[in-house]
Amino acid sequence: MQAADLAAQFNLTVVAGKKGLERTVSGGHCGDLLSEVMANAPVGCVWLTIQVHQNIIAVALLKEMAAIILTGGNRPDEETMAKADAEKIPVMVSDQRTYGLAGQLYSAGVV
Amino acid sequence: MKLYRADMHIHTCLSPCGDWGMSPKAIARKSRQMGMDIIAVCDHNTAENAGSAIRAGQNYGITVLPGMEICSKEEVHVLAIFETVDRALAMQAFVYDHLPGKNSPNLWGDQIVVDENDEVVDENSRLLIGATSLSLYEVVDKVNYFNGLCIASHIDRPAFGIISNLGFIPEDLRFSALEVSWRISMREAAGLIPDIAGFPCITSSDAHYIEDVGKAWTGLMMEAPTFTEIRNAFEGRLGRRIVHRDTARKEDG
Ligand SMILES: [Zn+2]
Ligand SMILES: [Zn+2]
Repeated sequence: MQAADLAAQFNLTVVAGKKGLERTVSGGHCGDLLSEVMANAPVGCVWLTIQVHQNIIAVALLKEMAAIILTGGNRPDEETMAKADAEKIPVMVSDQRTYGLAGQLYSAGVV
Repeated sequence: MKLYRADMHIHTCLSPCGDWGMSPKAIARKSRQMGMDIIAVCDHNTAENAGSAIRAGQNYGITVLPGMEICSKEEVHVLAIFETVDRALAMQAFVYDHLPGKNSPNLWGDQIVVDENDEVVDENSRLLIGATSLSLYEVVDKVNYFNGLCIASHIDRPAFGIISNLGFIPEDLRFSALEVSWRISMREAAGLIPDIAGFPCITSSDAHYIEDVGKAWTGLMMEAPTFTEIRNAFEGRLGRRIVHRDTARKEDG
């Protein structure tokens, strides 16, 4: 599955980093504490978080993530969008809460 | 007594997210231009540029206090500001002992130690942007142990603040003051965050770029620009006090 498929299948709006949509998704991670995500997120995962600070892009690069999904209606900061575009990390937004969206992704085989 | 203008949260080029233009000398010069009397340099988890910032401040007639912005394991930012470089460096040693990881300059940015004449002295290789393994309580206790001012950073912001990450301010945490970011007024902050009632509040620029230095400041009515007087002003002792910016303009001069 590619990041673009995630967006289409789960009705997510891609708000930045569109040039990275061909990234391959392998696994998922939920977390809002950046140090925890840096320690535990699997390489290539899709990351569900409510953190909108620009540091999330550096964390995504560190873990070669396929995409970041901001849940609960959160929207990225301007600096975050600029960094996501520059680094080609897709940032998607969803009005769903992390728990519900993670459940859907998991059921659909994103593990 | 006199009204002193204090911007007590400024990053230098040692912070990975701090611009290269944020040398101690450039910060001191800009602070002077902006009419600041007192500044504190607070880099992420380090005070290695504090000494040169103090010397640069002397050259420009600015009182510079050595500080750092410590990241607790809950990813809450806390300003720790000290009377002397020695105390700041003692706190730094404690922080370094609990700060895992190495910096990747391409991910996080460069971390440059600079002297007061803009000469590069060293590059710090620690993961300064990272969180320490210290709990908020351990951070606050240690800052108080070194007689520092312990200030919860940007409590109105959605990231790295005590309210965003912990929901409220535990009553037994011994903060000297709380920092409201430049983005909102003290009145707005009091409306949004009822927890701040009873705490001394300051505001500062949290500058990472030179053009932001001194764009927000806290007025301090006191006898002299010294650490002890600042503490007195925070505690409202001996007639010293914090004067918020809305009213500071009228009292100035
Ligand atoms: Zn901060
Ligand atoms: Zn800061």
